[in-house]
Amino acid sequence: MDGFITLDEVEKVFSVRRKTGFLRRERQEVRAVDSLSFTVARGEMVGYIGPNGAGKSTTIKMLTGILTPSGGRLRVAGIDPSRERSRLAHRIGVVFGQRTTLWWDLPLIDSYRLTHRMYRIPNARYRENLDRLVELLELRTLLDTPVRQLSLGQRMRGDIAAALLHDPEVLYLDEPTIGLDVVSKAKVRGFLRELNAAQGTTVLLTTHDLQDIEQLCSRVMVIDHGRLMYDGPLTGLHEAGESERTLVVDLERELPPVEVPSARVVRVEGPRQWLAFPAGQSAAPVVARLAAEYPLVDLSVREPDIEAVIAKMYAERAVS
Amino acid sequence: MGAGRLYATVALGGFRRYATYRAATAAGVFTNTVFGLILVYTYRALWDLKPHLGGYDQAQAITYVWLGQAFLSTLAISGGGVEDELMERIRTGDVAIDLYRPADLQLWWLAADLGRAFFQLLGRGVVPFVFGALVFPAYLPADAGRWAAFLVAVVLAMLVGFGLRYLVALSAFWLLDGTGMTQMTWLLGYFCSGMLLPLNVFPGALGTVVRALPWSSLLQAPADILLGHGDPLRTYLFQGAWAVVLLGAGRLLQSAATRRVVVQGG
Ligand SMILES: Nc1ncnc2c1ncn2[C@@H]1O[C@H](COP(=O)(O)OP(=O)(O)OP(=O)(O)O)[C@@H](O)[C@H]1O
Ligand SMILES: [Mg+2]
Repeated sequence: MDGFITLDEVEKVFSVRRKTGFLRRERQEVRAVDSLSFTVARGEMVGYIGPNGAGKSTTIKMLTGILTPSGGRLRVAGIDPSRERSRLAHRIGVVFGQRTTLWWDLPLIDSYRLTHRMYRIPNARYRENLDRLVELLELRTLLDTPVRQLSLGQRMRGDIAAALLHDPEVLYLDEPTIGLDVVSKAKVRGFLRELNAAQGTTVLLTTHDLQDIEQLCSRVMVIDHGRLMYDGPLTGLHEAGESERTLVVDLERELPPVEVPSARVVRVEGPRQWLAFPAGQSAAPVVARLAAEYPLVDLSVREPDIEAVIAKMYAERAVS
Repeated sequence: MGAGRLYATVALGGFRRYATYRAATAAGVFTNTVFGLILVYTYRALWDLKPHLGGYDQAQAITYVWLGQAFLSTLAISGGGVEDELMERIRTGDVAIDLYRPADLQLWWLAADLGRAFFQLLGRGVVPFVFGALVFPAYLPADAGRWAAFLVAVVLAMLVGFGLRYLVALSAFWLLDGTGMTQMTWLLGYFCSGMLLPLNVFPGALGTVVRALPWSSLLQAPADILLGHGDPLRTYLFQGAWAVVLLGAGRLLQSAATRRVVVQGG
């Protein structure tokens, strides 16, 4: 398997001191990442999701080399990140949505000049990349603006450009759409799709906005309590999450809840009734049965809401 | 070569960053001048009582005061250097960004601090010094070589000053809240660099000790060269040795910090 990023039983344990009483402190271990294994192939675009505190940012930090795993084996482009952080740095790009790499008090262009020097980007390539990124991310008019005067969405686009000037083979994005409005989100997503398609850049994206995943990633990994809970296509989450489709039925008049095998009524409102049935199952037999036995006016099928599926998945883990 | 250009860019950025704070610079010039005035009158009273205190005559003591005011922010003797920002970045976890980039943390911050120091020297130091030299009967050498020798000592002082403050800043990796630590070092720095009184005036063991400490490289060493009290080469050796020791210690602490210590926050 062409594993561009490979994790094999990776662990990260933080040891924190907790106050347990007056002047008493106790060491406690927080297992942020727990025997995590996965591989990402070159050119893939993978969503990495999970509830708060699941271990997403910790994973990304280990993938950049700024945190050393407590156990297991981790490789990015064949490099052990924490050992050869500088060598790896030339091949990866990172955007932490909540932090900025840009020079706060200086015009945006100064940060790019600095990146030019830092990554020793050949002049011609720097100019070409800068031109392309500035165009695609609509930064032209912002280049001379001090970063502290940029809006969050502008700054995020500025940060994404900074992370890509040196043509990294892989881009890690930790919540790149956090706090952005619908328009800015669409811009960022459009750009990332284009980047992945045109440059073949491998993308690993963490987010709490499932639309990011729906619109960008054919593959999603769900992590919770540092463990991988799901790895596969987004649609597969429905089965994994045991989700249900809903049939909305309009009857001629108010009736007691209808009775149909393998579906159950979840809600009744006047002549309208809602029936739930497993997502994996066809709606045809249910509809046929309904039409034969009840005075049917209209009906529609609703696909399960991915947000609901994931919320259910998170909630179940929290209980167990 | 490539790396040199990177750090030159960082230094230039440091210079320009501080240049954007115009109001702060103006306020700084004002405070330094007022402070200098207070000190000048205090020193004059003192030197009237004890002429040739510490081997300086009154004109030299006046020059010393205005040098101190020029260096206070340049060498960030009582804070205001890049270490404030670095500590904040360590505390919030933003240092993560500095760590994954292909640049050396210490050289990066050294370059940024040198840029800052040169800006402060020009923007905040020169005006109070010129003001003091014009208004009071100050001692100013006519020999251009002396001024050049003095400037070399100033650059070395910048290195030593950064070396000290970088160590303090890195302590934030362990302490997280470094305020107590910085305040203590400011106080120590203020006294031991000779900001309060020239270190030559302290007699006996105390004097010997403070003159051997790294802080004496900051104000006392360049001042002595300008005032014709020190041998430049020996002064450079002293400052250079402290710079090497402190920057070396900073490197060790930095590798310990980045290896062992955890970057904060999600
Ligand atoms: N520096 C640290 N010291 C101690 N514990 C930490 C540290 N950083 C993270 N943790 C813990 O590790 C776990 C995973 O944190 P992480 O930041 O990776 O979560 P996340 O998935 O990114 O969450 P979010 O969606 O909220 O950003 C949490 O329980 C957190 O408390
Ligand atoms: Mg996070």
